[in-house]
Amino acid sequence: MANPNSRPDPDSGPGFRTLSGIPVDSVYGDGPLPGEFPYTRGVHAEMYRSRLWTMRMFAGFGTAGDTNARFHELLRAGGTGLSTAFDMPTLMGRDSDHSWALGEVGRAGVAVDTVEDMVDLFAGIDLGAVSTSMTINGPAPILLAMYVAVAEEAGVERARLSGTLQNDILKEYQAQKEYVFPPRPSVRLVTDVIRFTTAEMPRWNPVSISGYHIREAGSTAAHELAFTLANGFAYVEAAMAAGLAVDDFAPRLSFFFNSHNDFFEEVGKFRAARRIWARWMRDRYGATDERSLKLRFHTQTAGVSLTAQQPEVNIARVALQAMAGVMGGTQSLHTDSHDEALALPSEEAARIALRTQQVIAHETGVANVADPLGGSHYVEWMTDEMERRATDVFVHLEDLGGGSILEGVYAGIESGWFAGEIADAAYRYEREVNAGERIVVGVNAFTEGNDAERAKLLRIGQDTEDLQLKRLAGVKQARDDRAVADSLRRIVADAGNPTTNLMPALMDSVRVRTTVGEIVEALEGVFGTYVEQAVI
Amino acid sequence: MADATPVRVVLAKLGLDGHDRGLKVVARMLRDGGMEVIYLGLRQTTSSIIDAVEQEDADVVGISMLNAGHLTLGPLMVDALADAGLDVPVVIGGIVPDEDLPTLAAAGVAGVLGPGSPAADVVACVRAAVAGRGR
Repeated sequence: MANPNSRPDPDSGPGFRTLSGIPVDSVYGDGPLPGEFPYTRGVHAEMYRSRLWTMRMFAGFGTAGDTNARFHELLRAGGTGLSTAFDMPTLMGRDSDHSWALGEVGRAGVAVDTVEDMVDLFAGIDLGAVSTSMTINGPAPILLAMYVAVAEEAGVERARLSGTLQNDILKEYQAQKEYVFPPRPSVRLVTDVIRFTTAEMPRWNPVSISGYHIREAGSTAAHELAFTLANGFAYVEAAMAAGLAVDDFAPRLSFFFNSHNDFFEEVGKFRAARRIWARWMRDRYGATDERSLKLRFHTQTAGVSLTAQQPEVNIARVALQAMAGVMGGTQSLHTDSHDEALALPSEEAARIALRTQQVIAHETGVANVADPLGGSHYVEWMTDEMERRATDVFVHLEDLGGGSILEGVYAGIESGWFAGEIADAAYRYEREVNAGERIVVGVNAFTEGNDAERAKLLRIGQDTEDLQLKRLAGVKQARDDRAVADSLRRIVADAGNPTTNLMPALMDSVRVRTTVGEIVEALEGVFGTYVEQAVI
Repeated sequence: MADATPVRVVLAKLGLDGHDRGLKVVARMLRDGGMEVIYLGLRQTTSSIIDAVEQEDADVVGISMLNAGHLTLGPLMVDALADAGLDVPVVIGGIVPDEDLPTLAAAGVAGVLGPGSPAADVVACVRAAVAGRGR
C-alpha cells in the first residue's frame, strides 16, 4: 500500500469527497482566502489537501538508548517527525553528576550530558530525512551544536538538517521557569542561534515561540496569544538590532500553541494569531517576503486539562483539542497520552494518541477543506475578540518599554507582571472548579468509576541514573582534558564579546566531549545566573 | 489545640523542576484557609528549606514535584528534617502514582496531594499533618 499520509490526487481517482461521495471544493466563502494576506484562514491555499500536518509526537525518558527505541517505535507507527523531551537536569544545563540532578536523571525526559548521548539518541535514524524538534531553552545553543556534530559525524551536512529548536527563553521567565542566565544575555544567545542557522542551516527553525507553557502555567487563551506574539516581536526586534535583515530570518520563525478545551476559543485564537503576526510583520517591522508574514505553528493538546481521575476520558479530551488545532490550521501536532496526569506516557498510550490524529486526518474529512469554520458568525467574532484582547496587552508592553516591545517584555519579566497575570488566572480557574461553577468530568462531577483498575504506568528506576553516571564518567575518562579546557577558555572569551557569535566555539567544544554542564558553568561565569523574585 | 496561632507552612519546589502553577495555587488555598505561607519558590535544596523552617519557626513543609523524583527527594527531605532535629512533617504535592503512596508513607511523608485536589482537601491534609506531629 502507498504511504497512507500521501494525499489523494484531485485530478484522478476519487479525489476529495465526503464519506457518502459528494465532491467538495478546497475552500468555501469569499476572500481573503487561505494563502492570502492576512492569512486568517490559513497560510496555504490548499491547506491539508496538499499536505497533512506533521504528526510529531514528543518523547523522551531514561537514557538516550531508551528514547531512541521509542523514536523508532513512533516512526514505525506512522509518526512523521521526531520531538525530543530532555530531562530536568539537561533542561537546566546541569550534568547528571551534579548534586542538583539527584533523583531527576532521565525521569521526565532523556538525559544528555555529552555528544555521545546525542549519538545514541539518534542511532539508526537518517537525520537527513527526518525532521527533529528539540525542546530545550536555557542551554539550547549547546544542544543544537551537539545535533549538528552528530549529523556531521554521520556524514549529513548541516545545510540538509531540518527541524526546530525551541530556544524560546522569554517564556521561561514568564511561565515555565527553566532559565539559566539572566534575560539579556539569554536573548543574545537566541540571536546567535538565529544568525547561525540563517547563514548555515536554511531548513532549520531557530526559535519556536511558545505559548504552550504560558497556557499550561495557567494563563487565559487571550494572554497565551498576546504574550507569545509579544515574545515573537521581541525576538524580531533583537535580531534586527543585531544587524539581521528581517526577511533574512523571519521566514524561519515558528510558533507553538496550546489547544485547550474551549473549542471555539481555541480556533479563534489560532486564526487571530496569523492575522496579527502578518499585519505587524508587514506594517511595523517592514517585512516584504510573504514567508515572513506567515505564522506557522505546532500545536500540543493541553496537558493541564488531563485528569488523574478516569484517565481514559482524556482520550476524548485530546481528540477534541486536536480537532480544534486542525480546524485552526496547525502545521504540526502532538496529541497527549491519556496517562500523562499520572506518569510519562506508556508506549500503548502514546500509540493511542497518535492514532487519534490519524482518525482525524483520514476518517473525519475535516482535512478536505481549508478553514472549514471560516465565516461562522461566532468564530469570526471570537477571532476579532482575541485580536482586541491581545492588542490591549501590546499597548501595555509598549508603554512599559517606551515604544519597544522587547524592552516592554524585559520590564514585564523583571516586575513579575507576566507571572502575576498567569498566577491570577490559574487561581481563578481553580476556585471555579472548587466551587463547582465549572464542571470537570470525573473531578467534580460524574465521579463513578474513579476507582477502576488502571493500566500499567511507565516507571523510570534508579538504574537509569546509575547507568547514566557510569556513562558520563566513562566519557570524561576517555576524552582529551586539555582540549576541553582550551575549548572552554574560548567560550568564555567569545561570551565576553557581544558581537561574536558563540556557535562556532560551542561546536568545537561539544566535539571534544565537553559536557552541557561544563559549558553552562563557563557561560554563567560571564553572564551570571538568574534568580526570580517569587510572586504568588 | 486551639486555632489561635495560625499554622505556618513553608512551601518550596525541591530540585530542578520549574512547574510552579500547582504550588502557587496551593499557597493561595492555604492562605485563604487561614494559614501563614512562607513561599520559597523554585530550586530549593533540603538545606535551604531547613534554614527557612528554623528561621520562620514553621510547623509543616510542603514540597511540590512534577518531575517523578518523589521517591528519591521525598524521603531525603524527611530524613534531612529529622537529622536537623526538627519535628516538622512533610507533605508532597504533584504527580505521584498511587502505587508509590505506601512507600512514601513508610518513609515518613505525612501526606500526598495529587493534581486537582480541592482546596478543602489541601487545607485538611496540611492540618492533619501538623496534628500528627510527634507520633
